[in-house]
Amino acid sequence: MMPPDGPSPDFWAEDPPRPPAPPEPDAAERWLDEGAGPMVRPYVMTSGRTEPSRGTFDLITLVVAVGVEPDTTIGLGPEHLAIIRLCQTVMSVAEITGHLDLPVATVRVMLGDLLDKGFVSLQEPEPEADMHDIRIYKAVIDGLRAL
Amino acid sequence: MVSGPSRRNTPAGGVRARRLPTAVKIVIAGGFGVGKTTMVGTVSETQPLRTEELLTDRGVGVDDVEGVERKDTTTVAMDFGRITMRDEYVLYLFGTPGQKRFWFMWDEVALGALGAVVLADTRRLSDCFPSVDYFERRKTPFVVAVNCFEGAKRYDLAEIQMALNLGPRVPVMLCDARRLDSCKEVLIDLVLHAMKYRGLSEEAQPQNA
Ligand SMILES: Nc1nc2c(ncn2[C@@H]2O[C@H](COP(=O)(O)OP(=O)(O)O)[C@@H](O)[C@H]2O)c(=O)[nH]1
Ligand SMILES: [Mg+2]
Repeated sequence: MMPPDGPSPDFWAEDPPRPPAPPEPDAAERWLDEGAGPMVRPYVMTSGRTEPSRGTFDLITLVVAVGVEPDTTIGLGPEHLAIIRLCQTVMSVAEITGHLDLPVATVRVMLGDLLDKGFVSLQEPEPEADMHDIRIYKAVIDGLRAL
Repeated sequence: MVSGPSRRNTPAGGVRARRLPTAVKIVIAGGFGVGKTTMVGTVSETQPLRTEELLTDRGVGVDDVEGVERKDTTTVAMDFGRITMRDEYVLYLFGTPGQKRFWFMWDEVALGALGAVVLADTRRLSDCFPSVDYFERRKTPFVVAVNCFEGAKRYDLAEIQMALNLGPRVPVMLCDARRLDSCKEVLIDLVLHAMKYRGLSEEAQPQNA
């Protein structure tokens, strides 16, 4: 089914594999522009989705891989697997984007997939309204003094 | 939006039930070249990382994939570092570019932040005006740390306080972002200030409502 506002996920599957030949020089310049970075791939990885299916994924939401090691046959891409590998130790969303060199929006979408499938567990940060727990402040001061 | 930590923590299938730490963050703001990246690097226990957002990510739908070619793309980079605390807390420091056009990013970083350090360079004091404005308006507790660059005229801290039109309770201090002890002092002062600001100081002064 074709959603009115864009190609269906099949769009990507039906797209013939692109030849490795470089694009026309004019376009190459645009793609390789310093600021452009990973422009196309993120959309492919997320099948064009820009919002995660679940979760808000603050930059400091902590993520850890849980459960069994997934195998590659269940619709996870290499980047999903890379996230699972990274999150064998607890990692913030910001750290995941930094390590994988992917834009935050892309990582959020992939984390939504992993949460849906039960491969990661999250710890959301304290909501702003709850910044009144004195233990946080004391722990931070002690941690800073110990540096 | 945010569900309780323990509920969120239960892994699907209950394979591993382990308490995750809670992350807190401090924002390091200020103009270009003022020492944000330096400060993050000085205190971070790990190699600082950077996270990038595409400005054109905002509101781009799937059908815009082709349109991307035409778009002016800009990435905004934020440096961040990490300090692991006892009691299951992790502190993240985000060095955030101060220009107004990046405010969409600030909203995200400032939300739920413990507080902010506004770095100032007396040779270009006006560069930190947007940061000061932002945190004042948002009611995020902040301190102003004045980096002492070589060749910069030494100002009295009270003069800077006046020039920035800061309330008398906003701490202003000198700092050297390259030195750990100096950064520690600034950050500890910020946390103490944030406690007071939120009515949490040792004396438990009730905040003037
Ligand atoms: N003298 C002095 N130089 C500094 C200080 N902090 C940073 N610098 C230098 O200023 C330059 C810009 O710093 P940087 O951290 O990249 O600034 P940013 O643009 O705010 O991230 C670098 O060459 C630093 O070594 C400081 O406290 N004192
Ligand atoms: Mg920088």
